[in-house]
Amino acid sequence: MSDYAVLAARSIRLSRRNLDAVIVSLALPVLLMLVFVYFFGGAIESGTGTYVTYVAPGVLILCAGYGASMTATTVTGDMTTGIVDRFRSMDTKGTALLAGHVAASTVRNAAATAAVLAVAFAVGFRPRADVPQWLAAIGILLLYVVALSWLSAVAGLLATSPEAAGGFTFFVLFLPYPSSAFVPIDTMPGWLHGFAEHQPVTPVIESMRALLLDQPAGSAPWRALAWCAGLLALAVPACALLFRRRTR
Amino acid sequence: MDSTPAEGWAIEARGLRKRYGAVRVLDGLDLRVRPGSVCALLGPNGAGKTTAVRILTTLTAPDAGRARVAGHDVVTARSRVRRAVSLTGQYAALDEEQTGEENLRMMGRLRGLPRRQAARRAAELLERFGLTDAGRRRVVTYSGGMRRRLDIAAGLTRDPEVVFLDEPTTGLDPRSRRTMWEVVASLAESGVTVFLTTQYLEEADQLAHQVAVLDRGRLIAEGAPEELKRRVAARRLDLTLVDRHAYEAVHARVVGGALHASPGELLLSVPTDGSAAHVRALLDELDPARVEIARFTVQGATLDDVFLELTHE
Ligand SMILES: Nc1ncnc2c1ncn2[C@@H]1O[C@H](COP(=O)(O)OP(=O)(O)OP(=O)(O)O)[C@@H](O)[C@H]1O
Ligand SMILES: [Mg+2]
Repeated sequence: MSDYAVLAARSIRLSRRNLDAVIVSLALPVLLMLVFVYFFGGAIESGTGTYVTYVAPGVLILCAGYGASMTATTVTGDMTTGIVDRFRSMDTKGTALLAGHVAASTVRNAAATAAVLAVAFAVGFRPRADVPQWLAAIGILLLYVVALSWLSAVAGLLATSPEAAGGFTFFVLFLPYPSSAFVPIDTMPGWLHGFAEHQPVTPVIESMRALLLDQPAGSAPWRALAWCAGLLALAVPACALLFRRRTR
Repeated sequence: MDSTPAEGWAIEARGLRKRYGAVRVLDGLDLRVRPGSVCALLGPNGAGKTTAVRILTTLTAPDAGRARVAGHDVVTARSRVRRAVSLTGQYAALDEEQTGEENLRMMGRLRGLPRRQAARRAAELLERFGLTDAGRRRVVTYSGGMRRRLDIAAGLTRDPEVVFLDEPTTGLDPRSRRTMWEVVASLAESGVTVFLTTQYLEEADQLAHQVAVLDRGRLIAEGAPEELKRRVAARRLDLTLVDRHAYEAVHARVVGGALHASPGELLLSVPTDGSAAHVRALLDELDPARVEIARFTVQGATLDDVFLELTHE
């Protein structure tokens, strides 16, 4: 157990010292929020009143996904330098190393989420959630981050260079667009509906929005939890398997 | 190397084989190392040194053969082996963005030391490796020699029984290399078994009680440095002949084969120990009439020469 704590502390320290990444992950939410609210806000009619209220949860998701996907790069970094052999030669388990990266990713994203919320408040986001709703919303968001971080670790174990692992970031950054994160799904072309309604981002975003705006959430939170649990049930064993294959 | 030591061998390998695709990297490696001794595995690039170290430290599984390290089987008792050994690989395995001290503390914690002890151990190691001042700086700012020292220190956070060092001095300047030699010598004095790889004959000679020469996955020679040196001349005598006829005549008189022979340049190289007596005797033997050799020089034998000579046998 202490290996997990030591390696989580390591990953967090390394994240904090990667200044570029810190700046990007804090600047990105600010820019995105401003772009969506001021550039697109006038053109997009979402039906929830002010667009900022509609889009702020979407930007939260977008940034969380982006931050989580950076796990791919950090994992590949460790796998392609000698450090992984040193850890193995000390009988440190691969899952402890990967869990450390996921923990750091969760901490990074909690910070980024706070930044997004601060900006959102500044541009007029006024959620109507009570404390339990807030806790539930943040909980779902963090669970989404954890699931996506493990999935990114899988990508990181598959990639042969940090640059290749960066490609995964692009994919995750794109994922919220065909969902109800920025525009309602029924405004999208028909062929996208199937995908948009059956991808993990949609139930996550719908639960966040319902919880933060005090609207009926329906089955969205349960679907979100099921998605995250499903992703975890796939990604964690896949990580263990790939780590063993990669270090043979 | 003959009788089994009472406490067993520190390292014992039999018939280790490993291939990557069509390349036979290890082709039946046998090796035994006494506890508390220093063994140098000497070999050129691609000989299979790193592969041997990785198998002995459980990072790679052999295709065939068996090995025990510190009394534990490297395949069936991996965790036990890992707890008994430390590995400093060929390429630095450190977090560039952590300080030297943070790296050492982390390794100590992963080795199971409580927080306080890990911190104390880190301070001791920094002191011992002359890195106390640099300890609070990030590793990115370190020179190659400092990095190498920290890398070796990182392997020593918890007293290991067997220390593996893969090319610990490659790329170091002479002063850093000397420091590294002192480190290895002091480890050996404290009773630790050291297994190191190197491309330098001189280094193996300086440090090791036992030298094993690896070439294309097989040991081509093994023994104490003195034994090996008796078989392998430490120097070579380069001869320039007066003409093609003299070249052929002298070449025919070389016993046991020349190290280099280049008819185009009229150049022959033969092994020697470099002593005046031996050089004089060789010159007389190869050129009794004293007319065929135009010039000679004595060179320090390179590893290539050693291999050439050993593979001649
Ligand atoms: N994982 C691998 N996959 C494929 N080939 C490999 C692998 N590891 C080593 N080899 C090959 O095995 C051979 C021996 O490699 P090894 O690294 O053991 O040699 P070495 O003696 O350590 O060389 P050097 O002095 O360059 O470090 C080389 O031809 C190398 O290309
Ligand atoms: Mg090597």
